Order: sequence, then C-alpha cells, then structure tokens
Amino acid sequence: MTGTILTPGSRVGAQTMEKAARGRSLWDDAGRRLMRNKAAVGGMIVLGLLVLAAIIGPYFTPYAYDQINKDHVWAAPLTNGHLLGADSLGRDLLARLLTGLRVSLAIGLVATTVSLIIGVAWGAVAGYLGGRIDEIMMRVVDVLYSLPFIFFVILLMVTFGSNIILIFVAIGAVEWLTMSRIVRGQTLSLKHKEFVEAARAAGLGDGGIIAKHIIPNLLGPVVVYVTLTIPAVILAESFLSFLGLGVQPPMASLGTLIANGAQDMELAWWLLVFPSVTMVVTLMSFNFIGDGLRDAIDPKDR
Amino acid sequence: MLRFIGRRLLIAIPTLFLVITVAFFMMRAAPGSPFDGDRKLSPEIEANVMAKYGMDRPLHEQYGAYLAGVVQGDLGPSLKYKDKTVLQILQENYRVSLTLGLSSIILATVIGVSLGVLAALRQNQTTDYVVMTIAILGVCIPTFVTAPVLVLLIASKLGWLPSAGWNGGALPNLILPIVVLTLPQVAIISRLTRAGMVEVLRSNYIRTARAKGLPENRIVRRHALRAAILPLVSYLGPAAAGLITGSLVVEKIFNLPGLGKFFVISALQRDYTVVMGMVIFYAALILILNLIADLLHAVLDPRVRLS
Repeated sequence: MTGTILTPGSRVGAQTMEKAARGRSLWDDAGRRLMRNKAAVGGMIVLGLLVLAAIIGPYFTPYAYDQINKDHVWAAPLTNGHLLGADSLGRDLLARLLTGLRVSLAIGLVATTVSLIIGVAWGAVAGYLGGRIDEIMMRVVDVLYSLPFIFFVILLMVTFGSNIILIFVAIGAVEWLTMSRIVRGQTLSLKHKEFVEAARAAGLGDGGIIAKHIIPNLLGPVVVYVTLTIPAVILAESFLSFLGLGVQPPMASLGTLIANGAQDMELAWWLLVFPSVTMVVTLMSFNFIGDGLRDAIDPKDR
Repeated sequence: MLRFIGRRLLIAIPTLFLVITVAFFMMRAAPGSPFDGDRKLSPEIEANVMAKYGMDRPLHEQYGAYLAGVVQGDLGPSLKYKDKTVLQILQENYRVSLTLGLSSIILATVIGVSLGVLAALRQNQTTDYVVMTIAILGVCIPTFVTAPVLVLLIASKLGWLPSAGWNGGALPNLILPIVVLTLPQVAIISRLTRAGMVEVLRSNYIRTARAKGLPENRIVRRHALRAAILPLVSYLGPAAAGLITGSLVVEKIFNLPGLGKFFVISALQRDYTVVMGMVIFYAALILILNLIADLLHAVLDPRVRLS
C-alpha cells in the first residue's frame, strides 16, 4: 500500500486506515514494546526453559529425587552418573534440583493465584463501593501491612504443621495486600468513567459492573504485579524452608536445597552453589519480565 | 500536628491489640505444650506445673490475665528457661539484633542514596546501568544465598573473617552479617532514590533553579535531593520488617545470640510467653517506625499535613 495518497473520501484510504487501526490495540502496543526489551525477552526465554525443565526434567534424570545411594555419598559433579553431584545420602542433586524447582514454581503459581483472588476481590469491592466501607476495608489492609507478617506465617506453620497446602494459603494470604491497594486505586479512577455509567444506566447491578467492567480493565497493572508477586512468593517459601518450616524432606524446594547445601558446604560446595544459582536465575527472569511488562503497560513513562 | 499524632496512635494501639490476640490464640491452638520433654511428666506433676503458670484455667481467663499483665509491662516468665522472665530474655538478647539492624540500615541508606543519585544524574549511561544491575542483583539474591556463599568464600576458603559467632561484638565478627543484611536494602533504596530523583530533576522548580544559574552541585543537594528522598521515609517501616526477616536467617547462619534465633526456637518449643513477647516487641517496633515515618513525612512534605 506504499505510495497511496490518502485523500478524504477515497475508498483506498479508508481501507488502509481501517487496517492500520485494527493492527494496533493497546495490548498490541504493549506487546511490541515488551518484545523490544531485551532483558524481558531474555527473562522469558530463560523462564520458559526453566519451566520446561521443571515439568519434564524429572522424568529424564537417571536417579529419582528421593533415591538413596549409599555408595554415592558426596559424589562430586560428573561422577557416578551424577551430573551435578550427590548429597549426604547419595541422592542425585540434578534430580532433586529439578523437583525442587518444580515445587518452588508450583508454590509461586498457586500462592500468587490465592493472593490474586483475594487482592482483586478486596480492592475492587472497596474501591467500587467507596465511602465508609472503603475506609474500613483499607484500614484493615493498613493494619495487616504494619504487622511483622513473617511471624504470623511462622506461627501458622508451627500451629498447623508444615503441609504444602498450608504453605500456599499462608503465603497467598499475606501477599494480597499490595494487590488490593493497586486494584482499589485503579477501581477508584475507573468507576467514574463513562462506560461504567452506561452499564449502570443499562440496569447492570454492582456485582455485574465489578465483574464485567471493572475487573477486565484492571488487567494491565494486575498482570505486572502478578509477575512480581511470583518471585516474592518463591522467596517467602524458600525462606520458610530455610528455617525448616516449609517443605518437608524427602520432598525438596529450592529453599530446602539451599538450606541443606549451606549445612554441608564445607564438604560439598556443589550442594550450595547449584541450587543458589538456580534460585537467583529464576528470580531474576521473573523480575526482568515484570519490569519489562511494567514499562510496556504502564503509560506513565511513555 | 497533635491531632495527626493522636489519630495515628489511635490506629496503632488497636493494631497492637489485634496482633496480641491473634498470636495468643494461634500459639495456644498449636498441638503440644511447653512441658512436653523427652521424659513424660507424670499427670500429677504436669497438673502442678500447669497450675503454677495458670494454665489450668479456661483459655479466655488466661487471655485476660495475659492482657492485664502486658498493659502493666509484665510479659510473664519464660516456660522453658527457668528463672528468667520474658523481659529479661529480651533485654539480654536485643543488643545483637539492634546492632546489626541499625548498622545495616544506616549503611544501606548512605550507600543506596549515593548510588541512586549517581544513577539518576547519569541516566541511561554506563554508571546508571551498573547501579541498576547491582540493584537487580540485590533484589534477586536472597539473604539465605548471600550468607552461606560469603561464609564459604571469605571465611572458609580465604580465612579473612570469622565464619560465625558473636565474640562480644568484635568488628570482624560483625562484618559479614552486616554486609548480608545491607545488600538487599541497598538495592531497594538505590532504586527508590533513582526513581524519585529522575522525576524531581524533570520538574519545573529544578528548571527554575537551573535558569537562575545555580551550580549543579547545589541544585542536586539543596533542591532535588530533599524532594527525591521523600519516598524513602515511607520505606522506613517496610525496611525494618525486611531487616527483621533477614535477621532470622543471618542469626541462624552466623550463630548469633539475637532475638531472631530465639523466635523460631521458642515457637517450635511452644514457649508461649517468649513467642508472645517477641511478637509484641517486633510489632511495636514496626508500628513505632511507621509512626515516625508518617510524622517525618508530614514534617518534610507540607502537602501531607494539610490533607
């Protein structure tokens, strides 16, 4: 279509403009900006590989993650078929690492979903209803914000014993606070927009407006925050596991592996180094993606 | 101003009350009791011990008695460490945590603000990228990775610094724990400072100052920095929370006799009163820091005071 002169009323011109208009939605723009961000693209590739490794990797290791080999105790990397070495019980580090990565990623995903549901519902309701209810709901968030939350998670783990479901719930339940604040702020600015007025004029109830009009329009900032919550959750779980309150042996998570590695590091450096590197690389790729998404979606810095 | 303080206090006190209540009932809901030792106590002795600590009474009465004690500044006796009250345990062990926390926050502020300002002034140049890379690394490398790795490299392999222990607070013993606690805070503070600085440097009054012909140095220090570090003030509370969380790890790895180590051990041993004491202590600390942050914010930023 190059070289076509656009004159008002010409049919060719109208077609060209229609095509151009179709090709550039808000999300297309964001996607393009994201793809131009090298760090974010790198993060996505690395994360993709990590997720793939965590899902299918455990099926391809020569040893199972909990298989004890008395003859292979402290086997160094690249000996006895242990690519990354073995631990104090002769268990294959690669198998444990892949399983641990799987557990950590799963916890990150599930706990973030829990926080997402609570945070979006809480923030959207508070922001939409406004007034006294908003004030009370946000005061609750303020109060929870000012608590040393890690103590409550620790108490929770001590009280109910460490099982994996509880870890999901406990971490998800403390990570929703920021989400609810973000969502509330967005809702406040959305609820006076014309399309919400129109929906109300058309007879839609409050619940319908929140579900059909407010929440879909919150997607941008929420997506950004989700990508930043997942690493925070992985970190929180690993922290608990490091203190011995998270995932219980023989199951592994990145946190338990690092904790065990730290205990045995004088004897077997690989037990500390490989899980640590995996952890850092995972967290970094999430953060790069999150930062990239924020730059792409947030109109403030454009 | 007084009304402002009053209103904040009115929020802080119910919050503390809520913390105490939730922690109290959660702790009591945990299976096991502080008197479960390796040897099983005979029922008569156990009943006597329970009676001694008032634990034979209904839970809500115990709760009432505990609250009454807290209001009078009495956190009760430890159930595990005989002859010691919770207050004594706090007094004996807060120094380690305080030393580490305070030095870390001061160091992190000085380094973080300098790096952040530097990065903002050289925006999108090499210095900026280097600082922001450090910041990303600082956020992504958790304390429980830096601590053992540094111990392995600097203490075990190179032997430059002791790998663990308090040693009466001797400087060599302090360096590694402080570095570990400081790094993530440096990362966050430099990011916050850079963001604030970049925004402020674009604003009209900075352009005015430049137009007046003020030297760049003075513009940065007198005009820009003051506004740019405002977000840092609100970070005081979260920073304290982060340091407390970090201290749990650091005190464990470096085997330091601080409060963080006590908390996890006491929770596992069901030493109810000690756990409660620590929760109250930390919650009060964070609430007070948040209060100070709010006040500082109001002092530094007139817009807050008016609203």
